[in-house]
Amino acid sequence: MAKEFKRADGRKTTELRPVKAKVGIVPNADGSAMFSSGDTIAIAAVYGPKKMHPQHQQNPEKGTLRCTYSMISFSVSDRIKPGPSRRSMEISKITEWALEPALMLEEYPNMVVDVHINIIQADAGTRCAGINAAAMALAHAGIPMKSMVSSVSVGKLDKQLVVDINKDEEDWEEGEGATDIPISMTDDGKITHFQLDGKITTKQVKEAIELAREACKEIYEIQKKALKESLGE
Amino acid sequence: MEKVLTTSDLTGERIEKYLSEGKRFDGRKLNEFREIFIETGISNKAEGSVRVKIGNTEVLVGVKMNVSEPYPDSPDKGNLMVTAELLPLSSPRFELGPPKFDAIEIGRVIDRGIRESKVIELEKLCIKEGEKVWTVFIDIYSINDDGNLLDAAGIGAIAALKNARMPKYDEVNDKVLYGELSDKKIPLSKNIPFPITIYKIGKSLLVDPTREEEDIGKTRVTIGSSEEVISSMQKGYSEPVTIEEMHEILELAEKTWKELFLKIGKYLK
Repeated sequence: MAKEFKRADGRKTTELRPVKAKVGIVPNADGSAMFSSGDTIAIAAVYGPKKMHPQHQQNPEKGTLRCTYSMISFSVSDRIKPGPSRRSMEISKITEWALEPALMLEEYPNMVVDVHINIIQADAGTRCAGINAAAMALAHAGIPMKSMVSSVSVGKLDKQLVVDINKDEEDWEEGEGATDIPISMTDDGKITHFQLDGKITTKQVKEAIELAREACKEIYEIQKKALKESLGE
Repeated sequence: MEKVLTTSDLTGERIEKYLSEGKRFDGRKLNEFREIFIETGISNKAEGSVRVKIGNTEVLVGVKMNVSEPYPDSPDKGNLMVTAELLPLSSPRFELGPPKFDAIEIGRVIDRGIRESKVIELEKLCIKEGEKVWTVFIDIYSINDDGNLLDAAGIGAIAALKNARMPKYDEVNDKVLYGELSDKKIPLSKNIPFPITIYKIGKSLLVDPTREEEDIGKTRVTIGSSEEVISSMQKGYSEPVTIEEMHEILELAEKTWKELFLKIGKYLK
């Protein structure tokens, strides 16, 4: 495989975009966080645990995690009509699945934890940034967790795997085109979310998972640092 | 962990008593705004965007533009659309779903303030009469609600307009070239309309209410003006105000507008 692959923004193939993370950005919320990767900015706020309404949705066995992902209208070039779409509803559900394994929801029967994720600026990888922000917001809210969750999108541009693809890379058209593989993991490397769009071999998928593992470790350190900083104050 | 969703009567009585003595919980005078903070260019996909913070209240406002057909009753004028969303992220009180009255009202009051002030020269946004005009979208999102979202949103709207750059337009292919912002600003007049909302609590009039103060307010008046020219007004809630009170409200709003403009004028040029 060509090691000398050049990315348009000059990054190495395994290099994340510049990442920023901060907790406590929404004073009203029980927990909140911002996570940005390059030009993609996500914010998340947690409300709860609180009594689940309507009552018939209560689960006496364990609490419910309810995530809503949405992009604000001016986060992309072509304005998005405000309100839920099929895409945002799917990502909301994927996000729940990505985060739930890390939470000890059995401590909150009949309750719900609401996680609201908004994408302020989009340059690909918004669901991953959303999950990273949401995981931090949950920790910030003091929800008991077994693990952090970190997320990154690995891409395949023609034949080359790269970490944390941006929008230009996502739109790659040469050769085999672009494959987008958003992956989320707990801090001990369990995969809680995995999606893939494109064209890729099994071998390369395995390689992509390895790349994601290393990238998630980096992201985990950044999340942890931001959470610690919030306690330091 | 459950948050109290309204201000209790007891707290309300205390707030009212304080106000009658000219005091507020946060130490401000009745006619004093909280600290205001404006940051421009917060989203690079928008044609113009700002963050406005008033105390703990925070909103994002973005301007997007596209090319579409004009309305039949104004074939030679661009369109304006203002929407506000009260994000569930910004308060335990806001829920998902279609916009409720509060959000609709914010959007509409700000729409009228901008539209009626004629700050946007809509006739200059006509590309081809009857066929193609620019539409200006102003979208408002709450990030944290601690009262007075409307004034924050209105200030954000004019700041975002003033900071916006028109995207390039490929007339041959009828395509807006997003991301290639031209040097051209949106054609704006010299007016600088933004709203000031005055609340009446007990017998006291105050500006820039916190969430708690809003909860117990029984009447409010929002005045959208540019210098001394009012372009929109809206009285909210059911308690009436006397004519004398309305005079006081108008004077207080005008004075507050001027004081505020000294602080934020540099963002509205």
